[in-house]
Amino acid sequence: MKDFILPDADFGTPARRSDRTVTLTIDGFEVTVPEGTSVMRAAAELGIEIPKLCATDSVEPIGSCRLCLVEIEGRRGTPASCTTPVAPGMKVHTQTPKIARMRRGVMELYISDHPLDCLTCSANGDCQLQDMAGAVGLRDVRYTPGANHFETRQNGEANPRYIEKDASNPYFTYDPAKCIACYRCVRACEEVQGTFALTVEGRGFEARISTGASDFLSSDCVSCGACVQACPTATLQEKSVIEMGTPDRAVVTTCAYCGVGCNFRAEMKGDQLVRMVPSKDGKANRGHSCVKGRFAYGYATHPDRILNPMIRDSIHDPWREVTWEEAFEFTARKFRGIQEKHGVRAIGGITSSRCTNEETFLVQKLIRQVFGNNNVDTCARVCHSPTGYGLKTTLGTSAGTQDFDSVEHADVVLIIGANPTDGHPVFASRLKKRLRQGAQLIVADPRRIDLVRGPHVRAAHHLPLRPGTNVALLTAMAHVIVTEGLTDDDFIRERCEMDAYQDWAGFVAEDRHSPEATEALTGVPAEEVRKAARLYATGGNAAIYYGLGVTEHSQGSTTVMAIANLAMATGNIGRPGVGVNPLRGQNNVQGSCDMGSFPHELPGYRHVHDAEVRGMYEKLWNVTISDEPGLRIPNMLDAAVHGTFKGIYIQGEDILQSDPDTKHVASGLAAMECVVVHDLFLNETANYAHVFLPGSTFLEKDGTFTNAERRINRVRRVMAPLNGFADWEVTQHLANAMGAGWSYAHPSEIMAEIAATTPTFAGVSYGLLDREGSVQWPCNDAAPTGTPVMHEGGFVRGKGLFVVTDYVPTDERTGPRYPLLLTTGRILSQYNVGAQTRRTQNSIWHDEDRLEIHPHDAETRGIAEGDWVRLASRSGETTLRATLSDRVSPGVVYTTFHHPETQANVVTSDFSDWATNCPEYKVTAVQVALSNGPSEWQKTYSERARAARRILPAAE
Amino acid sequence: MTPEKLTYMANQIATAFARQPEDAAVTAIADHIDAFWDPRMRAQLIELAEAGAPDLSPRVAHAARRIRRPEAA
Repeated sequence: MKDFILPDADFGTPARRSDRTVTLTIDGFEVTVPEGTSVMRAAAELGIEIPKLCATDSVEPIGSCRLCLVEIEGRRGTPASCTTPVAPGMKVHTQTPKIARMRRGVMELYISDHPLDCLTCSANGDCQLQDMAGAVGLRDVRYTPGANHFETRQNGEANPRYIEKDASNPYFTYDPAKCIACYRCVRACEEVQGTFALTVEGRGFEARISTGASDFLSSDCVSCGACVQACPTATLQEKSVIEMGTPDRAVVTTCAYCGVGCNFRAEMKGDQLVRMVPSKDGKANRGHSCVKGRFAYGYATHPDRILNPMIRDSIHDPWREVTWEEAFEFTARKFRGIQEKHGVRAIGGITSSRCTNEETFLVQKLIRQVFGNNNVDTCARVCHSPTGYGLKTTLGTSAGTQDFDSVEHADVVLIIGANPTDGHPVFASRLKKRLRQGAQLIVADPRRIDLVRGPHVRAAHHLPLRPGTNVALLTAMAHVIVTEGLTDDDFIRERCEMDAYQDWAGFVAEDRHSPEATEALTGVPAEEVRKAARLYATGGNAAIYYGLGVTEHSQGSTTVMAIANLAMATGNIGRPGVGVNPLRGQNNVQGSCDMGSFPHELPGYRHVHDAEVRGMYEKLWNVTISDEPGLRIPNMLDAAVHGTFKGIYIQGEDILQSDPDTKHVASGLAAMECVVVHDLFLNETANYAHVFLPGSTFLEKDGTFTNAERRINRVRRVMAPLNGFADWEVTQHLANAMGAGWSYAHPSEIMAEIAATTPTFAGVSYGLLDREGSVQWPCNDAAPTGTPVMHEGGFVRGKGLFVVTDYVPTDERTGPRYPLLLTTGRILSQYNVGAQTRRTQNSIWHDEDRLEIHPHDAETRGIAEGDWVRLASRSGETTLRATLSDRVSPGVVYTTFHHPETQANVVTSDFSDWATNCPEYKVTAVQVALSNGPSEWQKTYSERARAARRILPAAE
Repeated sequence: MTPEKLTYMANQIATAFARQPEDAAVTAIADHIDAFWDPRMRAQLIELAEAGAPDLSPRVAHAARRIRRPEAA
């Protein structure tokens, strides 16, 4: 790691875990370390830094550079300290005249094939080669210039060994002239990222780093940045550093993309962000990153950002820029006017899973205290609301059971309805690392996702189920476990409700649930289901990770409960390496749920029927809290069409693009009198808005995000908000314009209110987070530094509850007119509706949504690769280009939904989960046919969007 | 909300508890609707049930009698 400017200690080799310790002496100092530790790391722990080039603590050592040589008493020669494990009583000398001479000799050889353009080099001041030359006291180079890799011309001719810089990746360059062939990038790609995109071609002097393709962009590289971080020279270098120079300070903060919640060091120069580097201390990411968090932050300063508030009386008018005061006053007047005319329940709001806990808390407080109702919802409605319902019902807590470290202890991993290498890439890398160590993988997914078969990873079983048959498949697995006697009876007896268990066991044991009986429904060969079930039940620590392919179905909640049933029946809950782990989509979707964003729950998942909890808030907030559940997002839209819901405050969510059945969302929004959009950009929803309040990015505010493992991570402000206010300040001003009288001066005060009122957050404070880095809730007197693994001694609900999971087929059926099933998903480089990533160079990897269709289905329709096709469902139709792929089964088509032009949600249906109204995005019956171009809806929509985005020039 | 959609949603809940005996199922349906449905949706459901809407599942119709009566907003 090039971190000499802003050091983040590099111990040279990875930490070892061992129950046994070894004591040795290094340069006369005694040190005790876990068995298996390298001499280099033991020295580093003493504060003795042994010179090194090819070693870094993110990858295993290979002992290639010979710079870290040491002498050990009683041993011959000068072993490399990076590959020499410590031994009891060992006496090591890291500095002797002999070693000094040898190190200088090594450096001299390195420098003889390195351009000495340090002053103008992009790594100047942040180059390990430069530092090591200094450290070993290299003073002259005796070798005359001969064959080398860095001179463009030699003896008047082109140097055949010179390879030009590769700038094909938008974010970093590869300059072979500066390469010292230390293999750090190759090892980082293998060990940290698990992509194996890099290799070394040639031997000895001819050894060159290679992607195996013509350049980085066209190679297997996923642009995670691990190689750039590992490179000790300017060979792999961020373009932002080349452009701006080295940073001068670092602030640890948390990524605002997915639910993994990686910690980053935002490396700054003044208020300019030079680069984002994953933090080694990050407990979710352990020093790793993906292309989004590491590089795709350019949206924060994109010219599309709206920085001034705007209002308009009608959505057919152009926008008019106004002062903040005018915008708040206008909104407050409209909202109060609506309430006077249509009742207190006629307005509501949506909290943002993109914003901080503190901001989310304030939005729900605004709705409950100031609006006087419970009409608050959040985007979890359309993703993981079934997780909340299902896990609360069975286990007692609306959250995953483990931390991400837990995967290091898993022996069998079942992935269902998730595509971690694209959706949760840093977790995927950690998972792949465990799989390479021998853990077994079961993938249940209609598509052959990358994890099914990749470099050094192969799923033991891929169960390519028909979309919409999750419950049938999981119940069939339960059938095998129960009927073949693979249950953990002691666990069940001790930890679960026996009556419910017996009822469930009897249910799943019925013949109609056997894999053979359900094969016709799921399309998965019975024998594979049996083998997978046996492996899950008997393969050691078994962990389930799942995503929206589980929840976004009309039986989403039922599937979550089926997952919990499996884990309980096999005793795979309550210790490291096992558990039920929802991979949550948004950076703070867990937090937004925790903060009381659901219309039936106050913060901490306490129902609005609970008079005691209401009483506490009533006393604190000095109002009466409604004991009536409010409207959920789809209900709000229905009520709007019906004329009883007229105003909405939407913070950081683009419901028009992200919610299903776009036409229905549009008519709901169009029916409202005051739509307030609080966002970074004029998103699609803003086309129907009357007020636009500019938002701030995660770089511009303080707060916390809670990731998928319940980890509360700090978000730290590194620059002033370009729009003038952090989002929590905007909400506070709006509340005050409506008479709230709030006076929060800093988000830490909001967190204090959260901690004081929410038992699971009782111990959380900014002081604690600064000390610990992060904590996982519950964090209170019983668990002062948080809870990595839940349900350890017993379930939060007392006894675990088995719930019978009858398979009910969705009413979204295929038929002669709509014979194919559409399912949707994400891609690595883009994020959800793409509002952020589309405004970065990530679009180079994915600039349009494509329809994946099996060659067989394409053939019968006359569709060839790249053809424009019409995708039609009962709800609507859109057009996009097709790509032929056997990753989907015949009968199934797939697309991403990152681009507004695609309008994938024009096609999705209005069906939803029975318990939570979570929409059924993952199953839509469709027909696909060749097309000439955009559908009528796409054309009218894009005209309408253009008109709706007009902004009047400023008055003066 | 359209009566069709409301009916559909209520019947979906009834289906989820279909395996339970009549009385337990009716209670579960009513509890679920009380816990998650906004008053205007409950009022509409009660109205439909009282009007004898034929598409409502019998258990939902039965549960509608136990649902918390919303006060006017």
